Amino acid sequence: MQIYLPIAEVSVNAFLLLGLGGLVGVLSGMFGVGGGFLMTPLLFFIGIPPAVAVATEANQIVASSFSGVLAHLRRKTVDLRMGTVLLIGGLVGAALGVVVFNYLKSMGQVDLLVRLCYVVFLGIIGGMMFFESLRAIRNTRSGKAPRRKKHGWVHGLPFKMRFRTSGLYISVIPPLLVGVAVGILAAIMGVGGGFIMVPAMIYLLGMPTKVVVGTSLFQIIFVTAFTTLLHATTNFTVDIALAVLLLVGGVIGAQIGTRIGTRMQAEQLRIALAVMVLAVCGKLAMDLLLQPSELYSIGTAGGGH
Amino acid sequence: MAWRLVLLLCLAALPGRAEEVVLGLSRDKVAITANFDGSNILVFGAVKRETAIPEMPLEVVVAIAGPSRPATVRRKERRFGIWVNTEAVEVDAAPSFYAVATSGPLEDVLSRVEDLRHRITIPKAIRSVGTGVLDAENFTDALIRIRMREGAYQMLEGGVALDEQTLFRTSIDLPANLTEGDYATRIFLTRGGQVVSEYETVIDVRKVGLERWLFVLSREQPLLYGLMSLAIAIAAGWGASAVFQLLRRG
Repeated sequence: MQIYLPIAEVSVNAFLLLGLGGLVGVLSGMFGVGGGFLMTPLLFFIGIPPAVAVATEANQIVASSFSGVLAHLRRKTVDLRMGTVLLIGGLVGAALGVVVFNYLKSMGQVDLLVRLCYVVFLGIIGGMMFFESLRAIRNTRSGKAPRRKKHGWVHGLPFKMRFRTSGLYISVIPPLLVGVAVGILAAIMGVGGGFIMVPAMIYLLGMPTKVVVGTSLFQIIFVTAFTTLLHATTNFTVDIALAVLLLVGGVIGAQIGTRIGTRMQAEQLRIALAVMVLAVCGKLAMDLLLQPSELYSIGTAGGGH
Repeated sequence: MAWRLVLLLCLAALPGRAEEVVLGLSRDKVAITANFDGSNILVFGAVKRETAIPEMPLEVVVAIAGPSRPATVRRKERRFGIWVNTEAVEVDAAPSFYAVATSGPLEDVLSRVEDLRHRITIPKAIRSVGTGVLDAENFTDALIRIRMREGAYQMLEGGVALDEQTLFRTSIDLPANLTEGDYATRIFLTRGGQVVSEYETVIDVRKVGLERWLFVLSREQPLLYGLMSLAIAIAAGWGASAVFQLLRRG
């Protein structure tokens, strides 16, 4: 069944979108990531204009992260105070990101920037996760307990604040900076930034793993909601029909994914995710490195309307 | 064929010049609905004439043009090992859709001068002045090549069937990725490459219903539209969470 998307002005198969949403939802449920970093490149592949894909994806992440946060709130694994600090940084970052996005769009380099961001971040995160989980598997086989760093350079900074749920007493500067960085990425790449936020919270801020996912999701809701509004009002690129199809598939897939996830070993799960992330990264990198079959591309002049 | 009869009856009733087009369209409105999957338009008609059929054979050219918009064509070049957009050409006006159908090989049907005067073939339909790039032609060629591949530009030589130098018909496929607007439909009658008669009408392509409402809302009330998208997202997130919690309990 073909659906004509009113904003993207392309006609796509509705079941393909539901399936894509479902597939990414399953993966996001299994691995505890937003899934935007997979969905946006997939939308590029099926011919959605990049600007629409990025803006609409932000809207879809609002749905999936809201669904996730509700579950975490019930389990009291959301650090609202830390979330708010991250959020303030995130909003600043999102505003900066949309400005950068529009500037690059006018220069015709937005495609390149989005793709470069993807290759770099997917490469780094995928590679790190792959080797980390390999090491973890080897450690569990040889019977060693995993180590966790307790103190880092972040603890020496001023403006300290107490975060009770996380059991932390640290400076607000690192969480603010992490928030800004993730906000910029969210706006440019159309992702919630969970796959960067989660490692940053664990390794940079030293938060306990059980509150990390909920807190990350909490602030992602607001950052992506803000990003959606900015894209909707400045670029008119949020496609509500596309968003609905994706999020229906996504929320169902996420619940199925969670069930699959609980039956798998954590390390195997992370290796599978790492391989998948690296595969997407490889495909995007090839597109940049190999000579494209068509050197020319058409864009609408001026960008806006 | 009932429509032929109707046309012939029309012929008898209309006054006019030496040779004129009497046109019919299978539809003069195309509605882009939520499940719009491309469309097909049958352009048919007859040549009405007062005098006897001249010696030289008559040919027919049908051109349908979607709304023209400026477009930017960019070229990729290898910089620092990766392929980057470098040069760009602003095309002043390029139709979003363009189809030309002729009753014979183009060079027999239409002279270059007449093509230039009436802007009939695809390259002539694209307006581009003062680009500042040396090989601007490559960019317009690329624009045509890409749009032809997408089915947005079509060159249908021999696509018009012509009977007895009087009745003609052609069928043109409109792709699914259609932009809305007035689609100017022109029919030219030619003899020996010269245009002897011209007829113009408009096919109205519009988003309707939900598509129209969403599109207008997103342009005129962007904030409200954005908030609505968020409300849907929040509701779906909450709904999924609630439903699956019920399932888990049940």
